[in-house]
Amino acid sequence: MNVATERFIQLGLLFAILGGWQLGVSIGIIDVFFFPAPMDIFNQIISWVIDANFYRHVTITLTETVLGYVIGTGLGVAAGVWLGLSRSAARILDPFIKGLNAIPRVVLAPIFVLWLGLGLWSKVALAVTLVFFITFFNAMQGVREVNPVVLANARILGAKRSELLRHVYFPAAASWILSSLRTSVGFAVVGAIIGEYLGASAGLGYLIAQAEGNFDAVGVFAGIIILAVFVLVIDRILDVMENRLIKWRPNASEERAA
Amino acid sequence: MALAVVKPVGEETAPQQKKAMVAIDSVTMSFGTFVAVEDVNLTVADGEFLAIVGPTGCGKSTILNAIAGLLKPTSGSVSIDGNGVSGIQNDIGYLFQQDALLPWKTAIENVELGLLFRSVGTSDRRERSTAWLAKVGLKGFEQRYPHQLSGGQRKRVQMAQALISGPKVILMDEPFSALDIHTRHLMQNELLRLWQEERRAVVMITHDLEEAIALGDRVAVLAAGPRSRVINSFPVDLERPRDVAEIKLDPRFMDLYRNIWASLRGEVEKSYERRD
Repeated sequence: MNVATERFIQLGLLFAILGGWQLGVSIGIIDVFFFPAPMDIFNQIISWVIDANFYRHVTITLTETVLGYVIGTGLGVAAGVWLGLSRSAARILDPFIKGLNAIPRVVLAPIFVLWLGLGLWSKVALAVTLVFFITFFNAMQGVREVNPVVLANARILGAKRSELLRHVYFPAAASWILSSLRTSVGFAVVGAIIGEYLGASAGLGYLIAQAEGNFDAVGVFAGIIILAVFVLVIDRILDVMENRLIKWRPNASEERAA
Repeated sequence: MALAVVKPVGEETAPQQKKAMVAIDSVTMSFGTFVAVEDVNLTVADGEFLAIVGPTGCGKSTILNAIAGLLKPTSGSVSIDGNGVSGIQNDIGYLFQQDALLPWKTAIENVELGLLFRSVGTSDRRERSTAWLAKVGLKGFEQRYPHQLSGGQRKRVQMAQALISGPKVILMDEPFSALDIHTRHLMQNELLRLWQEERRAVVMITHDLEEAIALGDRVAVLAAGPRSRVINSFPVDLERPRDVAEIKLDPRFMDLYRNIWASLRGEVEKSYERRD
C-alpha cells in the first residue's frame, strides 16, 4: 500500500469518527453534557487560540514542562551514568532508589505545593520526579551494556577515564538515553498538568480544572486536544534531534542499499 | 614422533639472538579456584612472530590479556621491553577476535583514536590515519561507519587502528577466525605484508595450526586446560616473504604440520574427554 492511500484511509477514519460523533449529537443519541459536539470543541479551541490570554497559559505550562524535563533528564543521565559505572554505589543505593520510585508521584504534589508554593516550581518539581527515574534507569542500563570488547580496545588504545566517558560510554548509552528522552516528554507534561490541576492560578491544567469546575465538558475536551497537540509537537522536535545525533546507527533503508 | 624432521626445542634452549621484547616469567592465572594457566614461561624476541596454538578453552586468551595488562597474573610476572606490566599497556597493539571498532565513529575516526588519546594534533592525526587507511587498502572509505563495511574491511580498519601508534608488541587473539576462508587468506597475507614492512614482536593466539605455521616464526603448543602450560615450542624455518595459501603446499610446511600436530593432537583429545 502506498503512502498516499494510507494517508487517505487515515483521513477517512478521522472524518468517520468525528462525523459519526457530530451526527450522534445532532440526532440526540449522544448527550452533549458528557460528549460535547466536535464542532463546539473546535469552536472553543478557535476562541482560545485567537485569545491572547490563552498563550499566557500555554507559556506557563510550556515553561514548567521544559524546566522539569531539562532538570529531570539532566539529573537522570548524570546519576544513571554514575551508578552505571560504579557497581558498589549502585548496590548501596539500590533499595533507596527502588523505594523512591515506588512512591506514586501524584501524592507528592500537595507536598511540593506546601514546600514550594502554588507557583511554577512546585509543578517543575513534580515533573522532575516523574522524568528523573525514566532517564536514570535507561542511562544506567546503557552504560552497563557497553560492549566489553570495545571498551577494552579503547583502553588499550590509551583512553583515560574522561576519554572513555566521552568516546565510549556516552555514545553507547546515547540510544538508550534518547529513547528514554522520548518517553519522558509525556511524563514531563503530565507532571506539569497534574501540578496545575491540583492547585494553580494559570496554565493548561488550570484551564481544564476550571472548565471541569463549571461542568463545561467542551472546555475539558478542548483542553485535552490542545495538550495532545502540545505533546506531539515536542515529540516531533525530539525525533529530528535524535536523527541528527545518532547517524551512525544502521537504518532499514541503508541496510537494503548495502 | 619417531619421524620427526624438526626436533621440538625447549623454551630455555631456544637461541635468542635479539633482545627479548616480551618476557612471561612463570605466570599462573587463576579465577577463584579455577586455574586457567599454570607456570607459563615464554619469551618473544624483538621482531619475532610467535604463534600460540592450543585446544579450545586452554586459557590462550588469558595469556594475551596478561601481556596487555587487562588481567593481572595470580603469580609470576610479565614484562615488555624490560618494563614490568602493571595495568593497561599503551605500547601494544591488540587485534581482537570480535568487532572492536567503535560503531559510532567513522573508519578514519576509529583509526585515529590511538593518536587522539596520545594528544597528537588534528592535522597530523588526519594525515597519518588517511595514510594508514590507504595502506590497508581502504582509500575512499574514510567516512564509512563500521556497519557500512564488510567483515574483512572492518578487520582492515582494526589493523590500522592497532598499528598506527607504532606499538612495540602486537597481540592478536584469533583475529581472523570469524572470516570466511578466502577473506582470511587475504587478511593473513595483508598482515604479513604490514608486519614485514616494520617488524615488531607479535604474539598471536589461534586454534588453527595451519595459520600458526604459515604466519609464525615459532609455534608454541599449550596443553589442554585447566592448568594449561606450554608443552612444546617449534621453530618455523620457512623463508619469508611467504604466501599463506601457497606455503601450505611446501613439503617442509607439511613436515612441520605433522610434527606439531603430533604434540597438539593429544591435548585436543584430552580437552574433549574432559568436557564429556
